[in-house]
Amino acid sequence: MSLVIHNLHARVVGGQQILRGLNLEIEKGSVHAIMGPNGSGKSTLSKVIAGHPDYEVTAGEVLLDGVNVLGMEPDARSRAGLFLAFQYPVEIPGVSNANFIRAALQARLAAGEELEATEYYGDLYKEMDRLEIPRNFTARSVNEGFSGGEKKRNEVLQMAMLKPAYAILDETDSGLDIDALKVVSAGVNALRGPNLGVLVITHYQRLLDYITPDVVHVLVGGRIVRSAGPELALELEAKGYDWIRDELSEAALAAEPVLA
Amino acid sequence: MSTETLSQLDVDRTRGDFHYPEQHTFDAGSGLSHATVDYISNVKGEPDWIREFRHKALDVFFSKPMPTHWASADLENIIFEKIRYYLANAQRPTRSWDEVPDDVKRTFERLGIPEQERKFLAGVEAQFDSEAVYSNMKKALGDQGVVFVGSTDGLKEHPELFKKWFGKVIPTGDNKFSALNSAVFSGGSFIYVPPGVKVKHPLQAYFRINAENFGQFERTLIIADEGSEVMYMEGCTAPKFETATLHSAVVELVALKGAKIQYVTVQNWSANVFNLVTKRAIAHEEAEVKWIDCNIGSRLTMKYPGVILKGRKARGEVLSIALANNGQHQDTGAKMIHAADETTSNIIAKSISIGKGRSSYRGLVHIPKHLKGCKNNTECDALLINSTSRTDTYPAITVRGSGNSVQHEASVSQVSAEQIFYMQQRGLSEAQAMSLSVNGFVNDLVREFPMEYSVELKRLIDLEMEDSVG
Ligand SMILES: Nc1ncnc2c1ncn2[C@@H]1O[C@H](COP(=O)(O)OP(=O)(O)O)[C@@H](O)[C@H]1O
Ligand SMILES: [Mg+2]
Repeated sequence: MSLVIHNLHARVVGGQQILRGLNLEIEKGSVHAIMGPNGSGKSTLSKVIAGHPDYEVTAGEVLLDGVNVLGMEPDARSRAGLFLAFQYPVEIPGVSNANFIRAALQARLAAGEELEATEYYGDLYKEMDRLEIPRNFTARSVNEGFSGGEKKRNEVLQMAMLKPAYAILDETDSGLDIDALKVVSAGVNALRGPNLGVLVITHYQRLLDYITPDVVHVLVGGRIVRSAGPELALELEAKGYDWIRDELSEAALAAEPVLA
Repeated sequence: MSTETLSQLDVDRTRGDFHYPEQHTFDAGSGLSHATVDYISNVKGEPDWIREFRHKALDVFFSKPMPTHWASADLENIIFEKIRYYLANAQRPTRSWDEVPDDVKRTFERLGIPEQERKFLAGVEAQFDSEAVYSNMKKALGDQGVVFVGSTDGLKEHPELFKKWFGKVIPTGDNKFSALNSAVFSGGSFIYVPPGVKVKHPLQAYFRINAENFGQFERTLIIADEGSEVMYMEGCTAPKFETATLHSAVVELVALKGAKIQYVTVQNWSANVFNLVTKRAIAHEEAEVKWIDCNIGSRLTMKYPGVILKGRKARGEVLSIALANNGQHQDTGAKMIHAADETTSNIIAKSISIGKGRSSYRGLVHIPKHLKGCKNNTECDALLINSTSRTDTYPAITVRGSGNSVQHEASVSQVSAEQIFYMQQRGLSEAQAMSLSVNGFVNDLVREFPMEYSVELKRLIDLEMEDSVG
């Protein structure tokens, strides 16, 4: 059981090519991290997997437990078990957090089935407590007027409530102070287990001190150029991304990648 | 009607889109003339003053031009000669659903009316084409002197009250369509609430158009005597016919000293109905009138509920929601005419335009120079669901004099692709995501609505969004 990204090429609709033959396999129960310089295509990767309409896939496939999701609508991918914690969560005026999460859970039930309200609020409060989110949060509009930290906590809360099979966390650490980072990481770690595969996207190594990955990948120029254990993150932190760029010859960057 | 046809009808997604074959005992025929007016007056057995009122109104209607110099040119597509102005089986409604003809009863059962009546209403009037077929009110209210009957019965049973207020809030010549209504009106409610009586549960009227090439012209008059309170709710539907249907009502409200009237509309006409309605209230000293006006359906709606604030400290409010889907134009708004000191008015209008749908807001707030201590607050917010949607605002605020305050806010926002994607990423379909945004947009207003109506409104918004995504 895994999320397989095979030879993925994608571009902005009618625009530039961003992903150029990207390969990755995230097994259930594992945590992978992707690091890469700004503009290397990390967010694009997450959005292409989730089905964002701005991008078109020009080659390759994305298999969720063997099922190619590329022909599916974004909502069908979500219900199939894919979760994306956004780098920039969107504000939805007038829609309360409680109603939003409830609607998302309701969308997973068969027609005619109703979400049980008491049970729902029980679960919601439990997860909110874990993420140190105050109760008045439920009545506030989704992400509206939230601080950066509140938005990221909300992403992790939604992930906890929706119980995905695979979760992609796009720079969930950005904009967090150290205390918030600890709370959010603890929230993610609590969800780790044999039924969840995680892909953590980050620009900095700091997050990986709290969420220890099994494998670290480096994304440059729209493909994975190196994969290794957690020590790779430390090496990158010490030497910077230029080190990787220097190591890769122009030719290697231009050629099809050899890494699987 | 065979059971087979019925079960086919049951799969229709919109609750109102079905109709039964029509069979009318009374039919004024197509086209409009003084003979049409006489036909209606004759079958109703009306007194001479009403007959004369109708004839004069018809002349006014003929003499007035279509208001296309400021309103939609689509009005030219109303073919008055093709419309039938009066269709009915009887002139008197029954007081029991058992006596309502089967197919008509089935219509209202499918619309959920008898059920709502049992659950939360103090009284119901159900109009089918030109006349009310059912009209009933809880006995206790009758004992308190409350009157809730159709306009035909109102005129017969309470001629003095009727004559005192009828046509006084909205003069025949107010506009071309108020003149048309005055000439051929039939149906609608007549309500009188005696001094001090507070009607706890809402009175409801349901207007149903079943016939094609037809015009419905109900006329409603509500008089709330001193210190009384009443809430009136109206709903309406029609099947989707190929040809245009006309609905042109006149609604007059009179709130005497210290009285409170709340008038709630959920308009869900099918997309071929021209809905051209004049609604106005007079609020006497310390009286309060609140219009809650939701326009979801119709091809073209033109409706600007108003309050004439006639007595000191009178209060008027219009809360409106308009949803214009592809092919629809919701031209709605509000009028507040301040005519006494310390009167206050509040207008909150929210419009949603989807696809090629168009919504317009027209507001009129008038506070003359000699008044003191008057206040108006106006807020119009528009939400666009995609780039071809259109919204316009035409506020006209005339405030003279210095002791008065007016606040006006307007906003236009758009449901972005990023919002839709975010919600879809959480598992909501595109239609569900749009519904949620729209519901979010109207949420603070809907909270002011009676419970049953907010549920109904949410259901209608969901249906509209499903349609728009296709
Ligand atoms: N929707 C888009 N339209 C135009 N350019 C885009 C779009 N999305 C991404 N890009 C471009 O693709 C490159 C990669 O962006 P992104 O995936 O956001 O990088 P990262 O998340 O690694 O910082 C950048 O040059 C960015 O400007
Ligand atoms: Mg990014």
